[in-house]
Amino acid sequence: MRVVIAEDGVLLREGLAHLLVNEGHEVAASVGDALELVEVVERERPDVCIIDVRMPPTFTDEGLRAAIEIRSRRPETPVLVLSQYVEERYAVELLSSQTSGVGYLLKQRVADVRDFLDALERVAGGGTALDPEVVAQLLARARRHPHDELTPREREVLALMAEGLSNAGIAQRLVVTQGAIEKHVTSIFTKLGLEFAETDHRRVLAVLRYLEDRDP
Amino acid sequence: MTLPPAPTHVRTPNPLVRALRAPIEARTWKETIHLLLNMPIGIATFTIVVTGFALGFGLLITLLGIPILVAMLYVSRGMGWFERARAKLLLDVDVPSPYRPDPPSDHWWRVPMSRLTDPATWTEIVYHLLLLPIGVLTFTVAFTFWVLGASLLFLPVYAWALPGPVHLFDSWVSVTLDAQPNLQLVGGGTGWVIDTPVEYVALVLIGAAVLLLTPWVIRGLAMANRYLVRGLLGSDVFARVQTLTDSRAAAVDLAAEDRRRIERDLHDGVQQRLVSLAIDLGRAKEKLDTDSDPGGAKELVGEAHEEAKRAITEVRDLARGIHPAVLTDRGLDAALSSLAARSPVPADVRVDVDERPPASVEAAAYFVVSEALANIAKHANATRADVTVRRSGDRLTVKVEDDGGGGASLVEGSGLAGLRDRVGALDGELHLLSPQGGPTVLMVEIPCAS
Repeated sequence: MRVVIAEDGVLLREGLAHLLVNEGHEVAASVGDALELVEVVERERPDVCIIDVRMPPTFTDEGLRAAIEIRSRRPETPVLVLSQYVEERYAVELLSSQTSGVGYLLKQRVADVRDFLDALERVAGGGTALDPEVVAQLLARARRHPHDELTPREREVLALMAEGLSNAGIAQRLVVTQGAIEKHVTSIFTKLGLEFAETDHRRVLAVLRYLEDRDP
Repeated sequence: MTLPPAPTHVRTPNPLVRALRAPIEARTWKETIHLLLNMPIGIATFTIVVTGFALGFGLLITLLGIPILVAMLYVSRGMGWFERARAKLLLDVDVPSPYRPDPPSDHWWRVPMSRLTDPATWTEIVYHLLLLPIGVLTFTVAFTFWVLGASLLFLPVYAWALPGPVHLFDSWVSVTLDAQPNLQLVGGGTGWVIDTPVEYVALVLIGAAVLLLTPWVIRGLAMANRYLVRGLLGSDVFARVQTLTDSRAAAVDLAAEDRRRIERDLHDGVQQRLVSLAIDLGRAKEKLDTDSDPGGAKELVGEAHEEAKRAITEVRDLARGIHPAVLTDRGLDAALSSLAARSPVPADVRVDVDERPPASVEAAAYFVVSEALANIAKHANATRADVTVRRSGDRLTVKVEDDGGGGASLVEGSGLAGLRDRVGALDGELHLLSPQGGPTVLMVEIPCAS
């Protein structure tokens, strides 16, 4: 994969580059601010961009705005946004247009190298990767409506589904067979009255819409 | 080339013109009216206050006194409001209302009690009482100057109509008239009899001089009157200075306390984790060097990895505790929603803030809600919480309610007392209502000049 990295911290930028090169990916460019990022993406057309939310000059959310800008110019460019903090609001802004090829993770997830690379590949392949903490926040709200009668296991599956994992991924994470997961997923969709969705990112969208609507 | 337009001169009237114009200026007349009104109004306020309080205290033993005294607090405020309006209209002095905001009323006595202990209530009552003697003085002086000046100045105009010759200094009263040649109304007829044209001219000149002097006397009295109004009807400057001194000291203490806490958190949390991480890595390196136990080394590296991730989480939480980034980026609505989402007790957030308040006010509001929700989760035994933030004009109001067991208090050193200091440093106020058995309402008001 050809990757563009936008991160103002030199250590993390170099660390990411090392990690990716070791895994056999190509770092097409690495930049330290958001303006440069938009130009570089236009020029390089990478397979995926890794973008830090907080960058110069204002150190607030220009990374996020750059990501949204990139998505609006070239909707097919996958972006994985890394943030120091998990904020629902950022995730919702990022996912508001579409959920395919979008990721939003805490920076510290990079430390779990395997999971991070999986998430990156999922995003590059048009999937979704949402940080478990964002999902937990969304679920915490939804839990306040006790009438949905999901079993604890189904909740687990719902959370992983919202993170963007495929049935195979969920099965691997929960150490069960893929068939068992399929049964859970069907049951969840029926119980929540969601329309059954084929592709993974459609599924994420359905789940997110559901969780957001539960927002009191 | 065109020349710039000549500067237009604002003509400052020379001193003579000013002096001549002073007696007919609107300002002089407004101030005169105020000084004259002081007496009748003073009689009224004095009578009302003395009667009301005498009656109230006298009947206190029958309990009928209590409603009378409570009513007097309201009457006194009404008169204070009237006096401030009168001073604004006639003296051009704008005195803002000095009262403390009323606390939320859960019991009928809460508001009267707060008003009773408000220093502004008492200085106002002193004003109502003092207005009588001061009113007599200002009335007498203003009246005398105007009447003396005018009567001397216009003496030739009406002297012919007087029944007898004009006497001056007949008694200490300036001008007296003989009603009949043989019957003195006042004095003993020993005064200076005015009958030559020179004497008339002299008196007219004196009258003119008095009239020219009068505006400055009026102005002086009005100035003193303004101080009276500001001092007794406005918020006491000394009390204000004291409040500011206290709140500044509290803010400094708070900042020092915050730094100590951050130091402690860094030391006990993150540093410990980094030390343990370094030890794990050191032992793993040892094992790899000696090549004795590669399996053990792998395990140690795994532990170090976990330790490092925990350290990252701790630093993140610590930084969020100092200042949440989302607050700066997206404002109160987003920051409070995310607080509510993390709250173990289900919390509803409504934010109605059109224009963003200053960063310090936003931060204070954020920490109020954060601490309140943490308290509710820890102590209140509540099933839900409601957070309302509203900005009306230049005040930001934050209200946090829960349905828990109540009994929260502002003990020194508690999180809530810290909040009160933080809010106080911004000139805001914090009220806590938490009767045993609940519910608890925390209300904070912070001024935010835009």
